[in-house]
Amino acid sequence: MSRKDLTGSAAGRDPNAPLLDVRDIKTHFRTERGTVRAVDGVSFTLQRGRTLGVVGESGSGKSVLSKSIMGLLPRRNVLREGQVLYEGLDVSVLDENQMRNIWGAEMSMVFQDPMTSLNPVMKIGKQIKESLYLHLNMSKDDAHDTAVALLSSVNIPEPEQRLEEYPHQLSGGMRQRVVIAIALACGPKLLFADEPTTALDVTVQAQILNLLQQQQHERHMAMILVTHDLGVVAGRTDDIAVMYAGRVVETAPTATLFTAMRHPYTEALMASIPKLTDPSHTRLEAIGGRPPDLINPPAGCKFAPRCKYAQDRCLQEDPPLMDAGEPGHSFRCFYPVGTDAGAQALANNAAAGRSASGVPVTLAASGSH
Amino acid sequence: MPEHSPEHPGNQAPGSNYFPSGDFLESPNLATELTQIADVDAYNLEALHNLDPDQVPEDAVKKRLGWTFWIAAAWIFLIVALALLAPLLEKLGMPDPTQPVCTSRDCSLQPPLSGYGLMGTDKLRRDIFARVIWGARVSILVGVAAVIFGIFFGSIIGIIAGFFKGKVQTVLMGAMDVLLAFPALLLAMSIVTFLDDKSVKTIVLAIGIVAIPPVARLVRASTLVFAEREFVLAARTLGASNGRVITKEILPNAVLPIVSFGIIGVAVAIVAEGALAFLGLSIPPPDPTWGSMINEGRATLETAPWVTLMPCLVLFLTVLSLNLAGDRLREYFDIREGAL
Ligand SMILES: Nc1ncnc2c1ncn2[C@@H]1O[C@H](COP(=O)(O)OP(=O)(O)OP(=O)(O)O)[C@@H](O)[C@H]1O
Ligand SMILES: [Mg+2]
Repeated sequence: MSRKDLTGSAAGRDPNAPLLDVRDIKTHFRTERGTVRAVDGVSFTLQRGRTLGVVGESGSGKSVLSKSIMGLLPRRNVLREGQVLYEGLDVSVLDENQMRNIWGAEMSMVFQDPMTSLNPVMKIGKQIKESLYLHLNMSKDDAHDTAVALLSSVNIPEPEQRLEEYPHQLSGGMRQRVVIAIALACGPKLLFADEPTTALDVTVQAQILNLLQQQQHERHMAMILVTHDLGVVAGRTDDIAVMYAGRVVETAPTATLFTAMRHPYTEALMASIPKLTDPSHTRLEAIGGRPPDLINPPAGCKFAPRCKYAQDRCLQEDPPLMDAGEPGHSFRCFYPVGTDAGAQALANNAAAGRSASGVPVTLAASGSH
Repeated sequence: MPEHSPEHPGNQAPGSNYFPSGDFLESPNLATELTQIADVDAYNLEALHNLDPDQVPEDAVKKRLGWTFWIAAAWIFLIVALALLAPLLEKLGMPDPTQPVCTSRDCSLQPPLSGYGLMGTDKLRRDIFARVIWGARVSILVGVAAVIFGIFFGSIIGIIAGFFKGKVQTVLMGAMDVLLAFPALLLAMSIVTFLDDKSVKTIVLAIGIVAIPPVARLVRASTLVFAEREFVLAARTLGASNGRVITKEILPNAVLPIVSFGIIGVAVAIVAEGALAFLGLSIPPPDPTWGSMINEGRATLETAPWVTLMPCLVLFLTVLSLNLAGDRLREYFDIREGAL
């Protein structure tokens, strides 16, 4: 009997439920310095075959979010809350043994650095076949053929030969293709790609992203693409969630986010995308100030200390998730970008020369919007 | 990590001078020594763990084993080959190591190259060269077998402790600490005495048990390092069970440091066998072992020093070579490790 039968794969699953429904999940780490609120109340749903981009600065909790959803974090000193409904089944309460039937077969993950995410002393072929044997109970010959097919589907030339090679014999881009082939091997319905191109050459990045997109499309697989670069998700995802300090501060369909962003943090991220039209050495507008303290977060809006729109209210009150009017677009901000309230706030700050949290604001900056 | 005992500011590497060279007769504390080696390895592994791969200088990757390694390897090869071929050499005319080479008295205690063999004869008129060769069989067999024994059980304990952590680790490593608390030679001696059996099997068991704790420590340290590597997490996201993760992902990677460590372990085990033999607790006479030969020569040290000196020299060179070779290999693999 294959291990798949043991899951009771049908049990508790609802074919009409969204593929993934994340409800107010929190992941806190207990450390010597205090409790790190790495993920602090994130909710979203993802339908079959759709892609979600998760964007945020380093340390905003993107990786912890993916690992929490997949249930990969250790139990010790980790506080978890909330529900992760996968096809209607709450997988956040499953133990490791039960998750093993889901990992690889239903959800899998592509990691950031292909240098470290392949076993250096195992042949590539063996690394691909492992999960084919495990989840699909394939025979040796079938696994071999499947592995060859997988490698050619991720555009690796001479797949037969590659099977016999070790990771160090391949270039970074090739390795990441192998990692993707491994993640796709058992036909998961949900793929996490955690900064899949950060460790790669710029020239290879687009190829890998296109490959992921193409595979996602062909397999009608849902994908969560994690990145710190809004430019990466532009045009590649259906929806985008912008994370800051362990929370989603704005979420919207991709096109809407780019044309009608509401949160000042999204705006700041947008300004830091390198544009093709820029002369090659243009300095990017970095977001001023420090990333948030996840142990002692500020009382009000978490972004207020770095925000040029910040008013007194932002320092005291934590903005809830608000509806932006269009379907699927919501944000956490009292003075949203592109609204009268926002324009007024920025004008006030420009007049004062600084925001309520002390960020210097000049007239030029206020004129840009 | 170009050097093995660099100054680590503030956090001194344990046992920086672990080199167990010629002073073997002063009965070095075997377990302490092995532990120090393991600790240095563990320390380096941890340091490497914290090291950004980008920081490893480009040229360190191309590091060679060097000529000292090849000389050492050649000596080890020579000794092993001679030991393996001993029966053949005897057919080709090498004297019986347990029988006098002649009946007359004149041929006892003859110096090397005096017409009575390469290394002369001992008091009982036996050929020292033949005895050294046959003794090598015991020394190498005991050394290798004891280390394999130690590595086998030490690895299992270390990998389980390092992988599951928590209570399992506390219990297992606690037991290792208890074992380490006994003076090692005393422990080995009591095992031989208690079993009242001076066969190779017993000697291997006695030395092998002593080798378990340091191996367990080393393997635990490298398991801790590898268990956090992304490819282990990647294997888990594909649904691999703990058993698979341990045997397929962690073990093959943790083996590299163990192998090079094992070579040095053989040297230490050979010295330990020598010490046991010196105390009359190894293979009984007339069968030769290096330790018992050194012991037998003591009485005539002033008149015929070569009787002790010859086995001493061979033992010294063998132990030195094993140390050099093992050390070079460790550096070599550590660097590959860092370059990954
Ligand atoms: N095991 C842990 N124990 C304590 N804190 C942790 C742990 N893992 C992550 N964190 C903290 O959680 C926060 C979010 O980390 P996370 O790795 O999710 O960031 P990220 O958004 O993925 O950033 P990056 O772009 O750098 O990958 C960080 O401040 C990090 O220090
Ligand atoms: Mg991350």
